[in-house]
Formats: sequence, C-alpha cells, structure tokens
Amino acid sequence: MAGGADRPAHPGRDFAPYRSSVLRHPKRPLVPMGGDPDAAELYGPVFGVTDVTELDADLTRQHQGEPLGERITVTGRVLDRAGRPVRHQLVEIWQANASGRYAHQRDQHPAPLDPHFTGVGRCLTDDQGRYLFTTVKPGAYPWRNHLNAWRPAHIHFSLFGTAFTQRLVTQMYFPGDPLFPYDPILQSVTDPAARERLVAAYDHELSRPEFSLGYRWDIVLDGPAATLSEAALPEAVVSHAALPGSGEDR
Amino acid sequence: MPRPTPSQTVGPFYGYALPFPGGGEVVPAGHPEALTVHGYVYDGGGAPVPDALVETWQAAPDGSLAGRPGSLRRDPVTGGFLGRNGLDFTGFARVATDADGHWTVRTLEPPSGRPYLAVCVFARGLSHHLFTRAYLGAPASSDALLSALPEERRTTLMARQESERVHRFDIRLQGEKETVFLDFTTSHTSDTSGLRHGSGR
Ligand SMILES: [Fe+3]
Repeated sequence: MAGGADRPAHPGRDFAPYRSSVLRHPKRPLVPMGGDPDAAELYGPVFGVTDVTELDADLTRQHQGEPLGERITVTGRVLDRAGRPVRHQLVEIWQANASGRYAHQRDQHPAPLDPHFTGVGRCLTDDQGRYLFTTVKPGAYPWRNHLNAWRPAHIHFSLFGTAFTQRLVTQMYFPGDPLFPYDPILQSVTDPAARERLVAAYDHELSRPEFSLGYRWDIVLDGPAATLSEAALPEAVVSHAALPGSGEDR
Repeated sequence: MPRPTPSQTVGPFYGYALPFPGGGEVVPAGHPEALTVHGYVYDGGGAPVPDALVETWQAAPDGSLAGRPGSLRRDPVTGGFLGRNGLDFTGFARVATDADGHWTVRTLEPPSGRPYLAVCVFARGLSHHLFTRAYLGAPASSDALLSALPEERRTTLMARQESERVHRFDIRLQGEKETVFLDFTTSHTSDTSGLRHGSGR
C-alpha cells in the first residue's frame, strides 16, 4: 500500500528516548491471536447510566467556584475501524489544571493547585458515538525524562469498545504546540500521519459565544471487532444500552 | 477505512482518575464462591511495578459474554461511588498495583469453555497496553492459544493455585520468564494462521 497506510499506528513499546519504557516492554514478539472467534476478548465490559452522573462531563462544575484557565469544550466521535460509531461506551479523561499541575499527591511540580479543579471526567458515548466534555485547557508541565523535559498540553483519554481488544488509553494534544518535537511520548508514535491523529482541531463552530473555545477530536479504536459485522455480534452487545435520551443535547 | 488513533502511555498520574472503590471486587467479599486472583507486576530488572493498572474481563459463570453495567456505580446526588450492587456480575475489574507492585481481584470462576481472565496491563513507561490471560485451573487440551505455545512459555499464562480459592498470577513485562502477551490488533479475521498453525514463538 502506498502513502504509509501500512505504517504502524501505535508507538513501539521499546522507544528508548522515553526512559521508563526501557525495562517495561516485552522483548519477545507478541503471540498473534488472529481472528480466533472463541476469544472472550472479542466481547467486553459494558457501562450504563448507573456508571456516570450528569456532573461528570463538566469538569468546570465539580466544585463551588469556577476553575482558573481558558474554558474549552472537547467533542468528537468514537468510531471502530470500519467507521461505525461506538455507542454507549465509557469515555474517561484526566488532565492537569491550567497551570500544569495534577491533583495527584505525587505531582510535585511547583505550579499552583486549583481548589476549583480536579481534572477528572467521564461520559458515555451517545447513539452516534459522540462524547462531549467541558473543561479548561491544561498547562504544559515539566518531567524528569531528560534535562528540560516538558510535556505539551494534553488530556488523557481512556476508551472502551464493544470488544476488550478495542481498549485504548491515549492522549489528546492541542494544535500548534511548540513542544511537540521535544516530547518523547508523542514522538514514540513514529509515523507523522499517526501523530497528527493525536492532535485535536480548533473548530470555531464549536466555540460558544462568551463561554468556551471548541476543539474537535475523533477517535478510532483498533482491534478485530471492527471486522465483525454487527449481525455477527450477539444481540446483547449491539443493543444492551439503549439509553433513553442519551446525547440529545450534543 | 479510518486509521486507528495511536495509543499513548497511561502515565504516572492516572491514580486519581481511573481506579474506583471496589474496582477489584467483582463479587462481594464473603461471597461463598468468590475466587481471589492476585499477583505482582515486575519489570525487566525484576523490580515490582508500583504504578501499573490491571484490568480483567471474563465470561460469567453461566458462559455469558454480554457483560453487565454497574462496575463503577455512582451516586447521582453526591457524585461519589456507591460500589457495585452485588447482584449483577459485570465481568470487569480494574485495580492499580500497590507500592509493592501487587494487585488483587475477587471474582467468580470463569466457565470451563473459557477458563481464563482476559488481562490488560497499563503502566507508566508502557506506550501501548499489553493483553495476556490468566488461566485458572486445567484448561482444555484443545485450547488454541495454549496448545500453540512451547511448555516454558505456556506456564507464564497458568495461574498457580495457592489454596482452594486463591490463585496467583504474576505478570513479568520483560526478562527470562517474560509473560506471554497477545496481539489482537494487527491481525485480520481471515488470518487465523498465526494462532492455529503458527510456531507460537
Ligand atoms: Fe499527563
């Protein structure tokens, strides 16, 4: 195939410039599972309205006051490899505050904590596979991978598909960040086209007047479940979570 | 066809976001049929990994793979966690390793047709999660994965029974007894050759 379509989307686990990867990647090749139709991994955990609350998708309203920083909305669709929406599945995010500090005891970066911002959100995708979060733009922050190492601003995402094999944890970046070339975590994705897919687009249509700036970021889950037709999936997996009214205001 | 979104490491700071109370208690403590599956995550130097996240998924004892919601059941009033309802078997566990690299899941025995927990491991330093399986008890001799593996590799997937209801499953990310990790993502439905007829390297 031309145009790099065959280049690996995912980072190699043995990317030495990311120092903590050195002792934490397998050296033996993974065992290919092919399309084993019996694998439990072709099915996966499901989530429903009991697993999230209305408050979870708006990270600016989880405390008494308004958090500091540039208010943003981040939205997009979760799709499988066939381009079909991933419906009614769990999307989780976590991020640093506008100053680049996590509400985590072990983050000792001397930037201020924000008493009005924790930086954790969750939602279920709607009938079209859409998610939406209201939050603030996170700050860049330093880390100790190498001298003068800084992470570009990013939001961590955790996603589920209908199959456990589609599980994805990743990071969303903001367009035009000058730190991209210096970040071994982003650069561990060696295909430039694949790196691009980690960067959200500013979308003026999504900006809300006098309220927030809008970013769009679509997510495509990997995994062989995408090659199963919906007809081949058991009824329960396709229709288990027909959520009344989900997504009407997105 | 859209191209997949690349994976990125879970990083060091997921601890206040992803784990949830009772994440490893797929069945309530004291359930008469509860099994405990526990172990350590080790790096290539043999050191425990204190910042790994382990998720397990399995068939229900009746063989169902449909799953149930309610793993993270929340209180819509306080926004806090209520814990699972104790009735629905969700099949899903999520636990962070402790300072000693140790994790524990309490669950029900998977059915004999799929006698394993599907395990997904995330960690700081791991750019892309890893899948493995913890087989509990004696698997069928026809198990496609196990029969494709040489003996010394196969044993890394077998949990060791420590007592009647306690199974030990260690995960070694690298090194001499490196755990067998599974690739579900780069293969295609038409390609079952890797598993069924492959060398099982
Ligand atoms: Fe981060």
